Amino acid sequence: MRYALLMHYREPGEGEISEEAIAEAKEAFGAYGRALESAGVLLSADVLQPSAATTTVTCRDGGLRVQDGPFAETKEALAGIFVLEVPDLDAAIGWAEKCPGAQWGVIEVRPTATAFVGGAWTR
Amino acid sequence: MDTLTAGDGRREAGPGQGEPGPAARSAGVAARDSYGRLLALLAASTSDLAAAEDALADAFERALRTWPSQGVPRRPDAWLLTVARNRLRDQWKSARAQRAVPLDDGQDAVPYLDDVDVDSIPDRRLELMLVCSHPAIERAVRTPLMLNTVLGFTAEQVGRAFSVPPSTMATRLVRAKKRIKAAGIPFRIPDRADLPARMTSVLEAVYGAYVIDWATGPQDRRLPSEALHLAEVLTTLVPGDPEARGLAALIELSAARAPARVDAGGRFVPLADQDPSLWNQQLISRAHEHLRAAHARGQLGRFQLEAAIQAVHCARGRDGTTDWPALLTLHRILHAVAPSLGSGVALAAVTAEVDGPAAGLATLDALLEEAGEHARRFQPARATRAHLLDRLGRNEEAIAAYDSAISLTHDPAERQYLEHRRDRRA
Repeated sequence: MRYALLMHYREPGEGEISEEAIAEAKEAFGAYGRALESAGVLLSADVLQPSAATTTVTCRDGGLRVQDGPFAETKEALAGIFVLEVPDLDAAIGWAEKCPGAQWGVIEVRPTATAFVGGAWTR
Repeated sequence: MDTLTAGDGRREAGPGQGEPGPAARSAGVAARDSYGRLLALLAASTSDLAAAEDALADAFERALRTWPSQGVPRRPDAWLLTVARNRLRDQWKSARAQRAVPLDDGQDAVPYLDDVDVDSIPDRRLELMLVCSHPAIERAVRTPLMLNTVLGFTAEQVGRAFSVPPSTMATRLVRAKKRIKAAGIPFRIPDRADLPARMTSVLEAVYGAYVIDWATGPQDRRLPSEALHLAEVLTTLVPGDPEARGLAALIELSAARAPARVDAGGRFVPLADQDPSLWNQQLISRAHEHLRAAHARGQLGRFQLEAAIQAVHCARGRDGTTDWPALLTLHRILHAVAPSLGSGVALAAVTAEVDGPAAGLATLDALLEEAGEHARRFQPARATRAHLLDRLGRNEEAIAAYDSAISLTHDPAERQYLEHRRDRRA
């Protein structure tokens, strides 16, 4: 099954996190990524830019509306997405527990409903 | 006690991290011993570990500056203690002068520190260990705190061992130390009535250093030797505690087998296939000394039982056979004394050796049934189940069980081993 591990955490202010701490987090994520890859479960991994860099697009009220900033202002923002292929929720939880982001934020483990693979949405 | 090698007095924390030869290694151990003793003593009166650490770091720094030119003092520890103590007193004085920092009971401590006979520095590391594993301290931080304060490992080293980014670990350690000071957790041996429960959490925190599992990839597993040291320190502090002895024996017997656990190709080797000639005999006989001392007290406990089980396994090195019935008895007692998912799974595995895989599987499934939901994510249960189905020749079920165990295995060597077993059945 495909699961998305959605990392949420409070976005740090400018300069709030030292270069050193950033380097350490990079190292931890590096090790995590390699572990996921060596276990053969990783489909994709993206860590997102802060929500200040985000743009929201909608047409639901008629014409196109492009807006600065996130869809919803929340205390903890979506910070990264790992998509894994693992047999079941237990395995997904096992990997979420090892995610460096779990040390300072929360990881939402969400099964994907369908995915576009090989030219079609899977069933 | 009187060893301090160059490079051991880094600002961050006392002892250094290099451990190449046996000489340097024993110097490192001695430096850790003296670091923990000095820190415990400096912090005992105020419960202010951070201030004590700063003062001690200053003392180490000064030692590195002055000893090379002026020579190493006759009693290096007493020298370090005096310098650190003066430093603490300066801080208290300046706090009083400025009135910027509220004074606490710390003042009262000065006479106590002055009274210390530097020739026979008292050992208050047990109090320090009790503080680290105090019920008011969050369970997850107890073991890191012990490694950091009792053995002087830096936040970076401890963080690495726990696969937590160093700055995150540093934050946790700082928070815990603030809490110790703010909450006023005393450096005191508790009353006789409270002592057993408090000792149990000390033992559990030491055990925590031993069971750190995991790695996101092949990593140098240094912690067992650190757990070993922590357990050894504890036995010197409470030589009459049979469970402390049992724990030290358990860690030693397990560490003794470490060289045989992975083969030349980095593959995981299960206990039954390990070459006993690779086991460390010195550690095994040290463990037996502890076990003899523990048994002499006539008080059975969980760690002694676990160590006894390991001792039976290690006896294969002597006569080439494993006494499974004895193991079964020990596992049954252990599961009765300290039932856990782990003890249950081990009992099922040993039952399979004595009464056959079908009996083992029945025991395991009964356990899993009873344990419910969270047992499903317990990797050892999954792996054991796969092996038992495999031995029963129930190939399809075995393959599915291996798959499920593999999906929960994060250690590459062990995963490779399980995949190999599965593929033989496919």
